[in-house]
Amino acid sequence: MKIADSTFGSKYHVDEKGFYGRFGGAYIPEMLFPNVDELQRNYLKILKDPAFQQEFDDLLRDYVGRPSPLYFAKRLSEKYKAQIYLKREDLNHTGAHKVNNTIGQILLAKRLGKTRIIAETGAGQHGVATATVCALMGLECVVYMGSIDIQRQAPNVARMKMLGATVVPATSGSQTLKDACNEAIRDWINNPVNTHYILGTAAGPHPYPDMVTRFQSVISEEIKKQLLEKTGKANPDYVMACIGGGSNAAGAYYHFLDEPDVKLIAIEAGGKGVHSGHSAATTQLGKLGIIHASKTLLMQTDDGQITEPYSISAGLDYPGIGPLHAHLYETGRATFLNATDEEALQAAYELTRLEGIIPALESSHALAKLAQVAFKPNDVVVVCLSGRGDKDMETYIRNLPGNTGGNV
Amino acid sequence: MSNRIDQLFAGKKTGVLNIYCTAGFPELNDTLPVMKSLQQHGADMIELGMPFSDPLADGPVIQDSSTRAIKNGMSLKVLFEQLKDFRQQIHLPVLLMGYLNPVLLYGIENFCKKCAEVGVDGVILPDLPMDEYETEYKPVFEQYNLHLIFLVTPETTEDRIRKIDTVSKGFIYAVSSSSTTGKDKDMGHQQAYFERLNALQLTNPVLIGFGIKDKATFEAAASHSNGGIIGTAFIRAIENTTNLDTSIKEFIAGVKHN
Repeated sequence: MKIADSTFGSKYHVDEKGFYGRFGGAYIPEMLFPNVDELQRNYLKILKDPAFQQEFDDLLRDYVGRPSPLYFAKRLSEKYKAQIYLKREDLNHTGAHKVNNTIGQILLAKRLGKTRIIAETGAGQHGVATATVCALMGLECVVYMGSIDIQRQAPNVARMKMLGATVVPATSGSQTLKDACNEAIRDWINNPVNTHYILGTAAGPHPYPDMVTRFQSVISEEIKKQLLEKTGKANPDYVMACIGGGSNAAGAYYHFLDEPDVKLIAIEAGGKGVHSGHSAATTQLGKLGIIHASKTLLMQTDDGQITEPYSISAGLDYPGIGPLHAHLYETGRATFLNATDEEALQAAYELTRLEGIIPALESSHALAKLAQVAFKPNDVVVVCLSGRGDKDMETYIRNLPGNTGGNV
Repeated sequence: MSNRIDQLFAGKKTGVLNIYCTAGFPELNDTLPVMKSLQQHGADMIELGMPFSDPLADGPVIQDSSTRAIKNGMSLKVLFEQLKDFRQQIHLPVLLMGYLNPVLLYGIENFCKKCAEVGVDGVILPDLPMDEYETEYKPVFEQYNLHLIFLVTPETTEDRIRKIDTVSKGFIYAVSSSSTTGKDKDMGHQQAYFERLNALQLTNPVLIGFGIKDKATFEAAASHSNGGIIGTAFIRAIENTTNLDTSIKEFIAGVKHN
């Protein structure tokens, strides 16, 4: 694969100052300036180095198992009366799209001479993907994870520990992804020289949103190629993806951003309903502000305090959204929908029974909205199946209708 | 138009003691009593924290104080209400320190105007980028005679320190080590950094902050600069107090004397 070239000038790509429209930037305290400045000055140079690209490609192919299949979901297509393809990021090593980014960032960290890696994690997928590449490269790894998430994602905590990572509970605030992110940033402030922060989503200070998006852009690059082979069509009619911070969506959209015929659909976590007071649907509930050093849409009180979001899915339980997505929302380039906990659960049970694939709860939010879009029978719809559901088995079993395993 | 921060440094070149306290802490209506005690017992400057839910540059002690202040009901609106007539009692320079998000939502211009109305002299917003301040907000701050104070750290390059010196007004906040607030890093290691700062002969006075907690650390800081800023240690001293004024008196005596 080829890491996407610089696309300054395109309406939907980052500009020289790190903004997408009015969103983005690097609102960092001075203590982080040297670290972030070092990344800003070096990331494109490193990403474009042919030797870097070669190493990245080789690892994605031989270690991650790429390209991930683009699978035509026949029974799902019959049900929703469209041509539905699943981009199988769930089949990647470690079980989600997250590893595309951690492979890229660990190679970058090595080139910057860093010896210690830190990361935040929500559902644990990014933590596992980071612990994995640190084991691969023999680097020290510290993962910050909200105390509540440590309880609800126990299998991933065990995996990270087995891989040699230190998992540090974030006990402040809502004790979820936002707070894990705060703690990781604080660690970075305290360890400015030897440490690289592998941020897991397309959020945070510039250049993270662009850097993470470029590493994830392999998803849409493969979709384009695979779709042409399978259907003869250059582009799909729809690309659908779930959004927390938005890295799988950014990757799935990337090569279609400037193709106006491709409809982009983003699905946020509605929680118990957008207006229930228990939701993580940022575009519906958020206002312009600054979270984790990025100017974007975020959920906050009238006094500017960041509020605690809610979703059944730990990976979408974030009160902000990456600046690219805020821009796609504001410009109308992408359509934003949201799925409730219940809808996501039902979509997961449905995919399991129709296709024999147990999806991650996060990805199930995207699947849940197949019913809401008015497709034409020949429409080609690609859903990014960002992760597998192993980590969510306890939730799935607990919520199984009747809990008998019978009548799903 | 003169600013109380400039007046202070015009008359006092060494040993300036700036104390940080989160507004609305320990109790909502303690903001003014804390300021009165600080003034009475010998602080030279007061830095009031505008509490924020996600204070990235702060350690757990100041974050907990912010969480408590927010629970107490503190907000920018409430703070400006509390500060409405504070200049009838407080003559020390007063800074507001906080994060950009609540200020943006309040409106930068509105915020500056309010600061000027009640008599605030300066502002510290660690996550406001210097470039953005220069291109978008500087005229507004200047219009209201409000000094914006920037930070430098041991990792800040000389070029950038010089640039910060031209943009910053009032004084420069020198973070003593690469850390969040309240970390106990050995100040001895910062000797070379303090000396480097000193040798630059900056236009602005310099106050050293982070890691200052007692007489020894304050004196170490003061010997290399115009003075020091204490936050975490002060919050600890008053968080569980039964007598605010006595605790503040003892704390300042401990820093200034033995």
